Amino acid sequence: MTIPRFKPGVRLHRDRVRDRWVLLAPERVVGLDDIAYAILEKVDGSASLDEIATSLAAEYDADAGEIATDASVLLADLAARGYVAA
Amino acid sequence: MNAPAPTGLLAELTHRCPLACPYCSNPLDLIAAARELDTESWARVFREAADLGVLQTHLSGGEPASRRDLEALVASARDAGLYTNLITSGIGLTRDRLARLRNAGLDHVQLSLQDVDAASSDTIGGYAGFQRKRDVAAWTVELGLAFTLNAPLHRANVHNAARFIELALELGAGRIEIAHVQYYGWALANRAALMPTREQLDATVDVVADARTRLAGQLVIDFVLPDYYADAPKPCMGGWGREVIVVTPDGRAMPCHAAANIPSLTFENVRDASLARIWNDSAAFNAYRGTAWMKEPCRGCPQAEIDWGGCRCQALALAGDPAAADPACSLSSAHGRMGELALAEATTAPPPYRYRRFEK
Ligand code: SF4
Ligand code: SF4
Repeated sequence: MTIPRFKPGVRLHRDRVRDRWVLLAPERVVGLDDIAYAILEKVDGSASLDEIATSLAAEYDADAGEIATDASVLLADLAARGYVAA
Repeated sequence: MNAPAPTGLLAELTHRCPLACPYCSNPLDLIAAARELDTESWARVFREAADLGVLQTHLSGGEPASRRDLEALVASARDAGLYTNLITSGIGLTRDRLARLRNAGLDHVQLSLQDVDAASSDTIGGYAGFQRKRDVAAWTVELGLAFTLNAPLHRANVHNAARFIELALELGAGRIEIAHVQYYGWALANRAALMPTREQLDATVDVVADARTRLAGQLVIDFVLPDYYADAPKPCMGGWGREVIVVTPDGRAMPCHAAANIPSLTFENVRDASLARIWNDSAAFNAYRGTAWMKEPCRGCPQAEIDWGGCRCQALALAGDPAAADPACSLSSAHGRMGELALAEATTAPPPYRYRRFEK
């Protein structure tokens, strides 16, 4: 069971001037769309990928399998770029 | 002019520094402690920067730990909503102080090492600090702070790129910045002592390419190439007045930390005007913003909105005109001369360092 967490120095931030959410990391700013934000907002170092997908599916009345796929693609990408550990 | 919102604030808190690195990009004319902005002024600058759209601040110098109020400065930057990067030599930090900085909201520590072993590192930095730097690295990791190792490369250590990467892993860094020295300020004065050869540069390119594949997901590797052997310029500072504001220790706001070299520009001071006004309306920020100021060959060039004509300070230094194309560009009339200059310096015995110190 994968439990994603942010690496040190990586955190979500509300960019109020540009009206969007961003992921801030050492020397990096990553703009997030609504889906990415919804997923990352649930990354707290204790929820597993499955738990994140299940709770998002309930919130948005969507298919948990599809959300789990979206979430694992996003997290794998962020892990390859050094922002997330799984 | 319609200015884009900036994302970064380079806060040069002080020019005081225990080290004396000959590759330092600070100006020769260092600003004395008595002229530094006070704690409250910096707090206001951080708030004004965040209101303008800045997301990250780089607390730099000189050595920012030379400021006794560094903890308060970090706290005020975080309060303003900024991500806080500390760019440090490590000297002036203890474990307790790092813990206080973390509690004040520090996000990221970027620690420079002058070389991979004590003897060479201390010679380059002009200060016996290597062991303390290793301690600072260990404390940073232990305290759970994000940690980047800064490796500035030049003639004396350019052969150690691979060992810098090994050291970054050994010290627990999440990121390494391998940066060939850029020739501004003291580095320009020491250029003949610092310039590597083309072959030395090429070897570092291979080392980085290999490590990036090998260490993907484990170590983020940022690599800054030197301009003198390049054929295309970098978008200096992401373009003049587009992404970054630099504030000097005495409060002048500039589009680039080397911009003071351009004598035709005058810079407004955050003591006299708001950052928003300076960013949007000052003559200095508008001088080379966008593309309207460009001449041939930049004017109409398909790269004009990608590299923004490169570095204005380098254009002045090597082509004699701050509105010329960056000589790093193969279309610049000064391009050939730049490469010849580098080659000549790199293949001559290096002169002694002129160490970076307050000279007056
Ligand atoms: S480059 Fe060296 S001398 Fe310059 S500020 Fe950094 S540590 Fe100090
Ligand atoms: S001519 Fe100017 S805009 Fe075109 S690539 Fe060279 S520096 Fe960039």
